[in-house]
Amino acid sequence: MAISIYRPEMARLASVEQVTDTEKLFHIELPDGQELGHDPGQFVMLSILGVGEAPISITSSPSRCNGDFKLCVRKVGNVTGALHRMKAGEKVGIRGPFGHGFPIDDMRGKDVLFAGGGLGLVPLRSLINQVLDEREDFGRVIVLAGAKRRSELLFRDELDEWVNRDDVECLLSVDCEDEGDEWQPERRLECNIGVITTLFPHIDVDATNTIAVTCGPPIMYRFVLMEILDKGIPESNIYLSLERRMKCGVGKCGHCQINSVYCCQDGPVFNYADIKGFEEAL
Amino acid sequence: MSLKILDKDAVAPLVEALMADYRVVGPQAKGTKFVFDPLTDVADLRLDYDTTILPPKKVFQPQRERLATFAMGENPEVETVIEVEPTVLLGMHTCDLHALNLLDKAFTEDYPDAHYLSRRDQTLIVSLECLEPCDDESFCRSMGTLTAEDGSDLHLTDMGEVYAVDIGTEAGEQLLVKYGDARDAADDHASQKDELQASKLKHFADRLNFDADELPSLLGDAYDHEHWDELEERCFACGSCTNVCPTCYCFNVVDEVNLALTEGERIRHWDSCQLDEFARVAGGENFREGRGARQRHRFMRKGKYLYERFGALGCVGCGRCIRTCPASISILKGFNTIHASLR
Repeated sequence: MAISIYRPEMARLASVEQVTDTEKLFHIELPDGQELGHDPGQFVMLSILGVGEAPISITSSPSRCNGDFKLCVRKVGNVTGALHRMKAGEKVGIRGPFGHGFPIDDMRGKDVLFAGGGLGLVPLRSLINQVLDEREDFGRVIVLAGAKRRSELLFRDELDEWVNRDDVECLLSVDCEDEGDEWQPERRLECNIGVITTLFPHIDVDATNTIAVTCGPPIMYRFVLMEILDKGIPESNIYLSLERRMKCGVGKCGHCQINSVYCCQDGPVFNYADIKGFEEAL
Repeated sequence: MSLKILDKDAVAPLVEALMADYRVVGPQAKGTKFVFDPLTDVADLRLDYDTTILPPKKVFQPQRERLATFAMGENPEVETVIEVEPTVLLGMHTCDLHALNLLDKAFTEDYPDAHYLSRRDQTLIVSLECLEPCDDESFCRSMGTLTAEDGSDLHLTDMGEVYAVDIGTEAGEQLLVKYGDARDAADDHASQKDELQASKLKHFADRLNFDADELPSLLGDAYDHEHWDELEERCFACGSCTNVCPTCYCFNVVDEVNLALTEGERIRHWDSCQLDEFARVAGGENFREGRGARQRHRFMRKGKYLYERFGALGCVGCGRCIRTCPASISILKGFNTIHASLR
C-alpha cells in the first residue's frame, strides 16, 4: 500500500497546561521517540479523529525539543475546542512539520526585533528561544509583546525572564487594564497601557543591521509594519508569519492560497518584500 | 507510434470484453445531456457525445472519497484507504486530456498524492478526436487543446466506417491486442487521418480575441480591473463553475463518525473557492470575502497562477463553466473584455 501524505501519526499528549482562560499549552510526544525535526516558524496539521484537522504553529524551539514539541492553542473552532477537552495521556494525530519557517541563518550576526500581538507570540516564541539558546550568534534581541488584557498575556514566566535578562530588551503592552485581574499578583508584569505600536517610540534600532519579525492578528500588521518601516528597516529585512485555513498542508487543497502563493508551502513565514503587493495577504 | 484500424462493428465486442475485466467508464446520455459513468450495458456508450456535464476528473478525483478509516476512543488508530479499481476510461476529448495532464502535475509535484496517483496508474485512457465543435461555448481551438500530443493510451479518430487508433503507450497496445480485433493501417488510412486533422480546423472558431499565451501577463495587469466589480454583482457564489471545471482540484476534508462514536472515516470531497467559507479561518477572518474577489481568484488560477506553477494554463476552453453558470458569467467573455480594455 502506497504511503498517504494525509495519514497522521498518532502522538501522545504528555501534559496539558492552562495558559490563559482561552489558551492551553499541549506538550506532545511522537511515537517511538521520533523527533519532529522542525524549523522555528513551521506548523503541523493536528487531528482529533472524528472531529477533523487544523494547522497549528509550533511554539517550542527546535533547540528545546527532545522527542517532543509544544503547541499553544486557543479554543476557537471545532478541532481546537475538542483539543481543549482532552487530557494528558490521550492521543492526537500529527502530520508535518510543513512550510517554510523563519530564516534563522540569515539573522545571525544581526539585531533581531520581534513584535508579537496576542496569539502571534506563539510562533515567534519558537524563534525567540532558539535565538536565546544561540545568543552569542546574534546582536541585540528586542521583544515587543502585546495583548488585549494582562490576563491574556501568554508565557508570562518567560516574558518575566526576558524582561529581567540583561541581554534581552523586552517591552510589554496591554490595550487596557482588566478589572480584578488576580493572576499571580506577586508576578505582575510591568506593562505599558496601549496597543503594541505604542512601544515603538521606546526603542532605537540600527536600521540597516536589524531583522524584524512580526506575527499577530490581521489588523495589527498594517500598524506594526508602519512602525517598523518608520524605523528605516528595509522591507526585505521584515518577516511575517500568516494564518490561513488549510485542509492539506502540502499545497494541494487550495484553501490557503494568497494570490499566487500557498501559505502552507511558500509560507507561513513570508518576507515582506515578496508579498507586499498581494492584496489578499492581510 | 503505430496506427491501427478498428471497424466500428468491432467496438461493442471490444468494450464488452473490457467490461469483464475492468470498470469501464464512458460517455452516456443523461436526459438531454451526457455524463461519464461506469458502463453496465455497452449499448449505453455514446462516443458521439458532444460534451459532458462533469469532466472525467471524477474518475481520478472522485467527488467524495475515503482517505482513511479510524478507530476513536482511548487508542485511536488510523488506516489509510486508497480507493482504486482497474479502470478503462473511454471517449475522453482532447480538452479533457490537457486538463488531466495538469491535474497529474498538481498531484505529483512536491508531495505526491498516492490516492490520486494510484487511480491514475490503474486507469487506461482511450481518447477521441473531436472533428466538430461540441457547441458555441467551447473555445478549445483558442486554448490549443483541439488536439493532444500525449496523455492517452489509445486515441481514436472517427473515419466513417472505421476508427483510426493511434497507439499512445505499450499498455494501450497490449489492451488492443488482448481485447480488440484491430488490424494494421494501410498507407491511405494514415493520409486520410491526416486530412481529417487538417480539414477539421475550419469548423472550430477562434473565439479568444488574442493569443492565449498572453493570458498570464494580461491578468497580471488586471488585478484591479472593473470586471471583478461586475462579477461581484452577478455571481451567486454557487460553486457550479469550479465543480464542472476539468482543472479545478481544490478539496475539503471532513471526518464522519458512526452513531456509537467508536469509528469513522476521513472523507475528501470537492470544494470551491467560490464559496463564502473557503478562505475563512476559525477566528472569523475571511481572506477572500467578496464574490468579485473570489471570481477574480478563479480567473487568475485559470489564466495565470496555475501557469506560473505548472507551466500550463488552467483553462482548456471546454466551456463547461459557461454552460453551467446560472448568472451567465463567461470566462471567455471575461478574458476578451479585459483584453479589449487593457491592450
